[in-house]
Amino acid sequence: MTDQDGPQYQQLLARKVEVVNVGLEGFVKDLRDCGIDVVHVDWKPSAGGDPQMAALLAKLGV
Amino acid sequence: MNVVVLNEVRKGFYLDSVALMRLSREVAGAPGVIEAALMMGTPSNAAIMRNAGLLEEGTAVKGNDLVIAVKAESETAAREALDNAIKSLDKPKSQGEAQSAWRPHSIAAAVKNRPEINLALISVPGEFAAAEARKALNRGLHVLMFSDNVSLEDELSLKQQARAAGLLMMGPDCGTAVLGGAPLAFANKLTRGRIGIVGASGTGTQEVSCLISEAGAGISHAIGVGGRDLKKDIGGITTLMAIDAFDSDPETDHVVLISKPPHPDVAKSVLQRIGKSKKFFTVCFIGASEVELPPNARFSPTLKGAAELALGHQKIGADFDTNAVASRIPRNGRGGIEGLFAGGTLCAEAQVILAAAGRKVASNAAIPGVLKLGVEPNDGRDRLIDLGDDEYTRGRPHPMIDPSVRDEALRAALRNGDLSVILLDLVLGYGAHADPAEHLTRIVADRGRDAPVLIASVVGTEQDPQGRSAQVRKLEQAGILVAPSNAQACELAVAIVQNAGR
Repeated sequence: MTDQDGPQYQQLLARKVEVVNVGLEGFVKDLRDCGIDVVHVDWKPSAGGDPQMAALLAKLGV
Repeated sequence: MNVVVLNEVRKGFYLDSVALMRLSREVAGAPGVIEAALMMGTPSNAAIMRNAGLLEEGTAVKGNDLVIAVKAESETAAREALDNAIKSLDKPKSQGEAQSAWRPHSIAAAVKNRPEINLALISVPGEFAAAEARKALNRGLHVLMFSDNVSLEDELSLKQQARAAGLLMMGPDCGTAVLGGAPLAFANKLTRGRIGIVGASGTGTQEVSCLISEAGAGISHAIGVGGRDLKKDIGGITTLMAIDAFDSDPETDHVVLISKPPHPDVAKSVLQRIGKSKKFFTVCFIGASEVELPPNARFSPTLKGAAELALGHQKIGADFDTNAVASRIPRNGRGGIEGLFAGGTLCAEAQVILAAAGRKVASNAAIPGVLKLGVEPNDGRDRLIDLGDDEYTRGRPHPMIDPSVRDEALRAALRNGDLSVILLDLVLGYGAHADPAEHLTRIVADRGRDAPVLIASVVGTEQDPQGRSAQVRKLEQAGILVAPSNAQACELAVAIVQNAGR
């Protein structure tokens, strides 16, 4: 997945970071204090809390 | 004593680990309570609670259950603590910014609504972290995975997926990154400049970036790769991509690479890649002997040395004269050094410096050539402890978040008649404790007159939320010697014990 400016990871350093935060809520305030746009996900363990099922669903793109 | 254990299981109730640890501490401090834990019921947390005797027999929990567990001296005390914990959980949440803002239930929903999002910061329990990272990569996001406890197989497959998609997979166990001035996870407020960092170590990156920033230069970006990226199994996938990224970044002139000694095959491919770069590099493989480098790279065995090379040989803390400070310390005829570190790489750097000074050293996180604690008797050796290591943090917060993790070991060291010096580190910045100096000075306030000398270094910048100089002042007012860097704190410790005549 590249475009004429090179792979995305090379462009990351030249672009503004916008963040989706999944987990520790404390990171949200820190990022906002530094002027970074961030959306916090109201996360709960998926697949009824079964890690193996959650991994499988993620692999299947669910 | 009649010990009573009570549990309450909240089905489908999630709170993040820092919020839960705060509540756990509150409940554990209630009268008559011996131990308490509020944890998500993931398999690893359930094992911790079972081992601690905190789960009633027959209690079945799942990863999306919140478990409140109280062990108390009486039924009344246990019941009261449990009821208070439930009340705290049911209290309406604080009106923080995150509360008032829009909160989608998934990465997919977030990206659909805000297509500008380009990075996922993931810090959910390790058992679920790989699944969330995969969802992020599937949606074209770079990932910084703060979570640990992720299998090597998952790490490899995530990094391969990321590489194929041209995305950066930082972590797992990536504690620090700074992208375009944005501090991600545990990072400091740094001056922007032309030095880049690729770090397989969070606190190593923090020490080098802060020393550079405080010396008047600055950091362009710091890319974290996770502690295992340079192992043979992973092959340095993210490190090589980070070098590519810096190579094409017009804002970076010099790159510092920080890691434990890599696998030789991985070191070879990384150094070959560096040799093809147009930029200058400083390579800091902590604990490695000098390695063969391409002409555009220099080697430093220490973090301070790496910062100085990146600064063009500018000396850090040049006014700090270790011998002069050591000569003012009264001799106590003992001679032992104990280091109690929150930062794993600061502990590794201390091992490098003490071993190079001819000290016999043992550590729970031993670098090559240093005795591993607990394997053989370590009588007469200096002990350098990484308190962020799994054995201290299983089910507990990292000492950078909660400095009380160090209290017990520190109190014991203060009473240890064999010690001349106790070495300490304070790590400031986003994510870290709001006032670690205040906590530390409270713990050491009632030390005896003949207690070991306390030497600290403070990893941080003046712009950090805690303010470096304010933290240093508090330590100095409490009679703690503060060195400009961790390396100089270690050199001072050596100078003091050499004066002590051992």
